[in-house]
Formats: sequence, structure tokens, C-alpha cells
Amino acid sequence: MTNVFLAQADIEAPPIDYAAILPMLIILGAACVGVLFEAFLPKHQRWPGQVTLSLLALAGAGVALGAYAGDSPERGVTTLSGTLAVDRPALFLWGTLLALALAALLLIADRSVEPGGAFVAQAGIAPGTVQDREQVGSTGMQTEVFPLTLFALGGMMAFTAANDLLTMFIALEVLSLPLYLMCGLARRRRLISQEAAVKYFLLGAFASAFFLYGLALLYGYAGSVRLADIANATAGTDRSDTLLFAGLGLLLVGLLFKGSVGPFHTWTPDVYQGAPTPITAFMAACTKVAAFGAILRVLTVAFETTNWEWRGVLWAVAIVSMLIGAVLGLTQTDVKRMIAYSSIAHAGFLLIGTMALTDEGLSGTMFYLLAYGFTTLAAFGVISLVRDSTGEATHLSAWAGLAKRSPLLAGVFTFLLLALAGIPLTSGFVGKFVVFSAALSDGMAPLVVIALVFSAVAAFFYLRVVVLMYFSEPAPEGPSVSVPGAFTTAAITLGVVVTLLLGVAPTFALDWAGAGGFALGS
Amino acid sequence: MVLAQESAATGIGIYLPLVLLFALALAFAVFSVLLGPLVGPQRYNKAKQAAYECGIEPSPQPLVGAGRMPVAYYVTAMLFILFDIEMVFLFPYAVSADALGLWGVGAVTLFIATFFIADFYVWRRGGLDWN
Repeated sequence: MTNVFLAQADIEAPPIDYAAILPMLIILGAACVGVLFEAFLPKHQRWPGQVTLSLLALAGAGVALGAYAGDSPERGVTTLSGTLAVDRPALFLWGTLLALALAALLLIADRSVEPGGAFVAQAGIAPGTVQDREQVGSTGMQTEVFPLTLFALGGMMAFTAANDLLTMFIALEVLSLPLYLMCGLARRRRLISQEAAVKYFLLGAFASAFFLYGLALLYGYAGSVRLADIANATAGTDRSDTLLFAGLGLLLVGLLFKGSVGPFHTWTPDVYQGAPTPITAFMAACTKVAAFGAILRVLTVAFETTNWEWRGVLWAVAIVSMLIGAVLGLTQTDVKRMIAYSSIAHAGFLLIGTMALTDEGLSGTMFYLLAYGFTTLAAFGVISLVRDSTGEATHLSAWAGLAKRSPLLAGVFTFLLLALAGIPLTSGFVGKFVVFSAALSDGMAPLVVIALVFSAVAAFFYLRVVVLMYFSEPAPEGPSVSVPGAFTTAAITLGVVVTLLLGVAPTFALDWAGAGGFALGS
Repeated sequence: MVLAQESAATGIGIYLPLVLLFALALAFAVFSVLLGPLVGPQRYNKAKQAAYECGIEPSPQPLVGAGRMPVAYYVTAMLFILFDIEMVFLFPYAVSADALGLWGVGAVTLFIATFFIADFYVWRRGGLDWN
């Protein structure tokens, strides 16, 4: 056997375009440094150290991204042996992810709304025990949440740029595993937080298995996991269509699960409700961007030629998602669950843009992701401020008459809800407009009509909260509105400003989103 | 010899060792399970009846004293996986270290350094203290 090894020629190292992947390397490198901080810094220095490191990493990655995007090649580049495609859509999604992660990180870092921060001091302590009751008074927190956030973010960036399915799977795990953990770190209501973590983990593991099974079948079909090679294989007619469509179906189940598209949404309300609110904000904004970025790339690069076969199925999925989100959202009595169902409805709208497979569809969907991410992030930021003695008062009845207690907070939340409903002068309207017009010009008029109906239904439950805040008498023992610290204020302000800006002057973002297509070469 | 291998490769014969190995593994498992009760001493106690004997206390947990789960086994198991995966990646490097040259040394050093970050974390946060 030894002569086999001796006989091989020198192996050429694959060329790596470091400038293109620098933003991702900075984020993942900072995450590793964050773990070292956890290992070597004394307890009281960890929080300031981690916050500084994370913010610097995001700023550094943003600068690296800006410097590269300025003169990046029109058609994008593939690097690391063709496993990553850094093209214009990937760069746009990276920018979106970094900006959203900055806002989410500000929410995560806040320690004034909840004394000590929204995260538990010792997550390993079983709820209800003596030690658990003792740690209620402490203001320590698991600062591991910062490196975990950076790892998840790095995974999301790799996910949106993955040019083959195996890289995409690894990226999926890198983004998912930290999220599972972070869901279980809430300071208050430990049981429901841990329940959320376990549910998300078990269902997420199932979804990953679906993805992997689909990957295996597609490899059997095309003999390659590279997206472009799968596209080439579909051009030939002598292969088994069963493998292709079974593989695509299973792959899509895994991806749609991450994007919380109904009917693969069942984890969403429970996890959004149980997770610490800053983490919910991070998941609702960034995971959505990553999941739909990946769906866009897979459908456009690998399955464009077969789109008549799968489009009907995705029509049904989009309709089911909008139906579930809009109708079940009406029956919710918890604000966090309500926004979770809203995110399911929005996932349906996003899927419509994803299906269009035109340049307008691509840029429209990416714009929608940017707009929706900031709006929903700011909404969760506001939710974290309405509190009573047991923590966040998320039951809708507690929100009655909130405008009398805090007109500013009620006004901001109203604006965000209107943006989620898609009222003109907010980013939500522009997002829906570009997505629906792309779908119309691609021959999906019936679907657009259905989507408009569901937009109207969903608008009802947003407006119900507005009415509740302005026209109800406040409960006598109702919650108080915390004065936010600098971090939360900055995050909410950022979300509101972007929501307004993209609603009034969306041109620059639309131009950037439509700057170029996916890199098709391998 | 080469000819024999080629003719075997065309048929189902190449899978024969695999089938034999599977049969051997099955036979060993059945043999071990059956042999235990026959030749082992029979001393029943409470711990023997517990669902698992691998370190975790069956619920409900005692409220005083313990409260936490003894997770030492999990940490050990996860550390094992860390080293296991490291070896999985080091092995292919080791067999072609010559061909990979200096670049390979740099890459594998970086890999091990990254790996040690997780290790440092476990060590500094008391994951290696058995008590």
C-alpha cells in the first residue's frame, strides 16, 4: 500500500481570494478570540471585553466588505476551490447580515433594561432548584452569548455564499448550533427558555437530516454537489427525475424550515416566545436573511431550468405559509408569538419573490429581507422594554392603553407595526411592492392576488394592537415601560430610521440589491 | 493476484468481507448479551434497575445538595469528540505530509491552534476538574 502514497505528485494548494472572504474571516476569527476571552479574562472584564471585541469585529468586517464591494468583479468570484461564491448578491446579503447583527448585538449587550442583561448567570443550573432561586438575584450573565452570536453570524455569511451543497450544510450547522444554545439562555422564565432550546434543537436536527438526505439524492442524480454541476445535469434527459425531485424536495424542506415558512413553521412561535428577546430579534432578522439567501441561490443557480416542475409546489407552500401566518396570528394573545406568526406570513411573501427567478425577483427579495429584518428587530427591541415585576409583559392585555403611559414607545411600535403591515411611507410597503411587481411580471398574478388578500388579513392583527394601545383603558396593575439604555435605544433608533428611510427613499438600496446576479461558474 | 481481484471486483464478491464482518459483529453482540447473565454474579441493587448507569441521576432531582446534573461524563464525551475529529483531519494530512510540503505544515498548525481554543476554554472553565 505504501507505494500508493509515495507515488503521488505534489499537491497544489487551492488559491484563496483572501480579500473576498475577509469579512467572514474577521467574524469567525473574532468569535475564536471571544472564546479565548471567556477562557482567560477574569469575570468582571468579560462583558466589556466581549462587547468591544464584537463591535470591533462587526465594524472591521463592514469596512473590509465595503472596501471589497467597491471594485468587486461584476460577475463575482468563486474561491476556496469553488466552494464559496462571493458575488454581488452574496455581498449585499453579507452587508445586510452585518448591519442587522450590529443592531441585534446592541440589544444583546444591553444590561440596563434588565439588571445584568437578558441572559442567565449559569445556564447549567436546573430550573426550580435552590441554586436557581439563588441566582435570580445575581447580575452576572453568560457572556458566551457574544462569541456564539459571532459564530452564528459567520455561519450565516458562509450559508448565503455557499456554492456547493456540502459547504451549505456545514454552514447550516455552524449557524444553527449556536442559535440552539442561545435560545436557552433567558434570565427569566428559565423553563420555557430551555423548552424553546430543546424544541428548536430537535426539530432543527430533523430539518438538517432532511437537508442532508436531499443532498445525498441530488449527488446521486448529478454526481456532484456543486450547484452549477447540478444545473448542468438537469440539462441532460437520461437521468432519473425521481432522484432529482425527491432530492430537491427534501433539500427545500431543510431550507424552508430555517426560513420558518409554513407548513415547516411549527417551531417558530414556541422558540420566538421562549428565547431571550434579543436572541429572538437576532433569529427573526438574520436567520431569515440567511435562509432566504440560500434558497435564492439554490433555486436560481441549480434549479432554474426545472422551475416549471417545482414552481407549483412552492406556490402551495407560499399560500399555506401566508394562510397560517395571517389567520393564526389573529388568535394570538402574546406579543412575541404574534410577531412570530407575522414572520411566517412574511416568509410566504418572501417566497413569492424568490420564485420569480428574474433580476427583479432577486433584487426585490433581497430588499424585502433588508427592510423586514430591521423592522422586526426594532419591534422586538420595543417588546423588551414593556415590563412588569416578572420580566417582560408580553401578554397582549398588558399592552392595553400603553399610549397613555408612554406615548413615545406606543408611537414607535405603531410605526413598526404599520411597516410590518405594509403601509406606504414605510419600508414594508416598498418591499411588498417590489416583490409583488416582480411576481406579476413573471406571470404569477393569481398568487399576487392571494398575497394581497392575506396582507389585508394580516394588517388586521397589527392594527388590533394599535387600537389596543391607543383606545383601551390601561390596566390598573399594568406593566411599566423601562427607560432603555444607550444600547437598546441605538438599536431601536437604527431599526426605525432604516424602516423610514427605505420607505421614503428606497432607490439606493434597490440599486445596490439589483447590482448583479449570482456567479454561475464553478 | 491482480487478475483474481479484477474478476472479483466485477461481481458481488467484493462485499463478502463486509457481510462477514457484519455477521461477526452481530454474533459477538448476541454472544456477549447471552453470556453475561449465565456466567456473571447476580447481585441485584437499586442502581442496577436504573435506566442508565452513565452518570446522570434519574429525575426527579434532589432539591438540596446536588440540584445540578453531574455533567462530567458529557464534558468527557465532548472532549473525546473534539480529539476524535482532530485526528480524523490529521490522518489524511499525515499520510500526504510530504506532498503537501511547508504549506501543509502551516495549514495544519493553524487547524490545531483553532482546535486548542476550544480546549483552552474547557480547561480554564474547570471542565477537566473531575469534582
